[in-house]
Amino acid sequence: MNDLNTKLRLRFEKTGRAVYISHLDLMQTMQRAFSRAGYSLKYSEGYNPHPQIAIALPLSVGAASLCELMDFRLAEAAELAEMPEKLTAALPEGVTVTAVWEAGRKCAQIKWLRIEGLFEYDERDAAEMAAALTAFFARESVVIEKKTKRGVGQTDIRPAIREIAFAPSAEGVRVEALISAQEPTLNPELLAEALRQLAPALAPDFAAFTRIETFDESMEVFR
Amino acid sequence: MDKRLRRILPRVQKPARYTGGEVNQILKDKTAVDLRLAFCFPDTYEIGMSNLGMSILYHTMNSLPFVWCERCFAPWGDMYAEMKREGVPLYALESGDPLSDFDALAFSIGYEMAYTTVLDMLDMAGLPLRTADRPDLLPLVFAGGTAAVNAEPMAPFIDLFVVGEGEEMNNELLTLLREAKLGGWQKREFLARAAQIPGVYVPSLYEISYHEDGTVAAITPRDGAPEKVVKRIVEDLDAAPYPTKPIVPSTEVVHDRVSLELFRGCVRGCRFCQAGYVYRPIRAKKPETLIRQGIETLKNTGYQDVTLLSLSTSDYRPLPELCDGLLDYCEPRSIGLSLPSLRADNFSMEIMEKLQKVRKSGLTFAVEGGSQRLRDAINKNVTEEDLLNTCRIAFAGGWNSVKLYYMLGLPTETDEDIVGIAKMADAVLHCWRLYAKNKNRGVKITISTSCFIPKPHSPFQWEAQISIEEYLRRVNLLRSSITARNVTYNWHDAETSLIEAVLSRGDRRVADAIEAVWRDGGRLDAWTDYFSFERWMKAFAATGIDPAFYAGRERPSDELLPWDMIDVGVRKAHLVRERERAYRSELTPDCRHQCAACGAAKLLHGRNCDE
Repeated sequence: MNDLNTKLRLRFEKTGRAVYISHLDLMQTMQRAFSRAGYSLKYSEGYNPHPQIAIALPLSVGAASLCELMDFRLAEAAELAEMPEKLTAALPEGVTVTAVWEAGRKCAQIKWLRIEGLFEYDERDAAEMAAALTAFFARESVVIEKKTKRGVGQTDIRPAIREIAFAPSAEGVRVEALISAQEPTLNPELLAEALRQLAPALAPDFAAFTRIETFDESMEVFR
Repeated sequence: MDKRLRRILPRVQKPARYTGGEVNQILKDKTAVDLRLAFCFPDTYEIGMSNLGMSILYHTMNSLPFVWCERCFAPWGDMYAEMKREGVPLYALESGDPLSDFDALAFSIGYEMAYTTVLDMLDMAGLPLRTADRPDLLPLVFAGGTAAVNAEPMAPFIDLFVVGEGEEMNNELLTLLREAKLGGWQKREFLARAAQIPGVYVPSLYEISYHEDGTVAAITPRDGAPEKVVKRIVEDLDAAPYPTKPIVPSTEVVHDRVSLELFRGCVRGCRFCQAGYVYRPIRAKKPETLIRQGIETLKNTGYQDVTLLSLSTSDYRPLPELCDGLLDYCEPRSIGLSLPSLRADNFSMEIMEKLQKVRKSGLTFAVEGGSQRLRDAINKNVTEEDLLNTCRIAFAGGWNSVKLYYMLGLPTETDEDIVGIAKMADAVLHCWRLYAKNKNRGVKITISTSCFIPKPHSPFQWEAQISIEEYLRRVNLLRSSITARNVTYNWHDAETSLIEAVLSRGDRRVADAIEAVWRDGGRLDAWTDYFSFERWMKAFAATGIDPAFYAGRERPSDELLPWDMIDVGVRKAHLVRERERAYRSELTPDCRHQCAACGAAKLLHGRNCDE
């Protein structure tokens, strides 16, 4: 049983059909899932009370993840060990809660994300592409145009990529990368966008990404 | 998931509405069922998933072990274009399988402006539009919903219609379809048998002939089809199936809450109101049933809001008892309770005061007519005194915004009635000046008008709709009569109303125009984003349909109407009498004060209405 003042954290996967649920809709879905599973979330005080839940690192629509983190507080004590199973049963297909624990560190300390992706090429050879991609990302800077609030700006995404590797497979080119999660945040979509801007011949016909794991500044797994 | 779909979805708006996978969806083993049914809603996911009827029937049809009923909605424009470009056919949400894999398509058609979308969904499913071009038994295309009370404009496209409430009828139909599929029947044989199920209307079994002036001369049934198809109802709503485990969308929809249906039918008898006649007789649920179902559904969905549904919430006798029972559960859990469709009376205000969670911002009244004489003519039993009394209590209680809804073009309406609308708004404003609790916040009074559309099976089914030009003249008259600064006037365009009027009282010949609109790119016509008046007018011209013949023509009471093979329970003689009383501005008391012998009680087989 938990202390009601403790911030709790849960880890969940978002895969399959659930990758199309937007961040905001997922918050609503989570809230309802708690209620369906018989848990009562703690509400904020004030004029317009809302449940105290926060999902770290909003995930783009279409991207999958095995390492999402959500912080919350409960209004009534509960057995934490039972929560993953009960919540998963109350969630839509593709959202799976894998663990619940008392949160220690702040999610602001997440620094790196391990991601995997698949670049699909309809009419190009995966092995050739993998080699060319490796060569492309070996450069020291990858400056792309990015829309910001103040119009179009130039950003170098290369410093936000700590490791990146490409390997051909039956479906296309597998990408494995370690990218900056916060300060700066690198949306993995920009890996494909960089190719569209700087090396259209290497740009995939379709790219999809999955978050694998979160790490802190010193590359310890973040929990 | 289909590879093409995987590439499309990240590019379209709100992709979660195209994936299925929501909580409480029903999954079955497709190899273990005899019939696969696609329940098609000819509008977007957000609209369809807000429809209680669809939710009820999804569950009743899935209660048959040999049927797997899945959902299908119309894609928004961006998704539509992507699907067309990539050659992705329309698919059902649960399995993701294309509609060509299904044994039957069932459409829920609630409004006329959905007609082109029905055609579009048939086409996206890869089916020929017309019944005559689908000679095989399967897939069967059937439809129900309010539009079935005049099925004629869609008759050439739909194999059969289910008229009335589908909880029992649909399952009888599916049981017969299973027999036909397993027995290898011809389509013709099946349709003739289906026509024997009470409430089933098979248009191809009725021959329609016309007079030279274009009016209907005769409706001739064949192959043993009944002369009159009598609407089906569920007699005992407490015993009727209600899904307490409805699907909870993973993305925001229009009505994202638990909906409890208090009763079906209406005791009021407003003469312009189709719903008030076609859903008769009135049948209520017991408060204990509603409280039980409400709590169970809240638990199963995790929703934070409940709303009460009916045509007139104030007419639910045990309303206080129901609200107390629901609030006992809702208040400690911060669950909101909302009560739409309240009448402008003191009783309603007391109830509203009780609901702590109601934000005191806006009150809406459907006044409909600008003078007592006109309101009597349409049998809208609201007096100016009632309205002002309610406003007085509301303003004193802290409300500061009032919306007044009217129709322009009601039968017998005069310019004096229209000026009366502005006067009434002035009276409401005066009331605010006298009674408002806090005048510093100001007041906002909004008048909205729409153009009256005569509807089948209502006492005004014979009336003419005013022309677009006349509507605009009346709009301008009202505009120039409004002088107060705090009164805002919004009017709906009359173009959609004209099209709706043609379709709602159309006959089978109108079908050609609907098809022509679709061929010209028309779909999702209920959305101003997509509706094109020019496209409709062009289609009418091309198919020889004169809109004025359908919308602007007053019919004599003895004219044979295109929908006269459908019997909704209310006798035609009653409608004629109500029409005549309207001309004399004579009120007909509501059913509870005095039974007007409308005839709908016959559907209850000996039980009394409103028990």
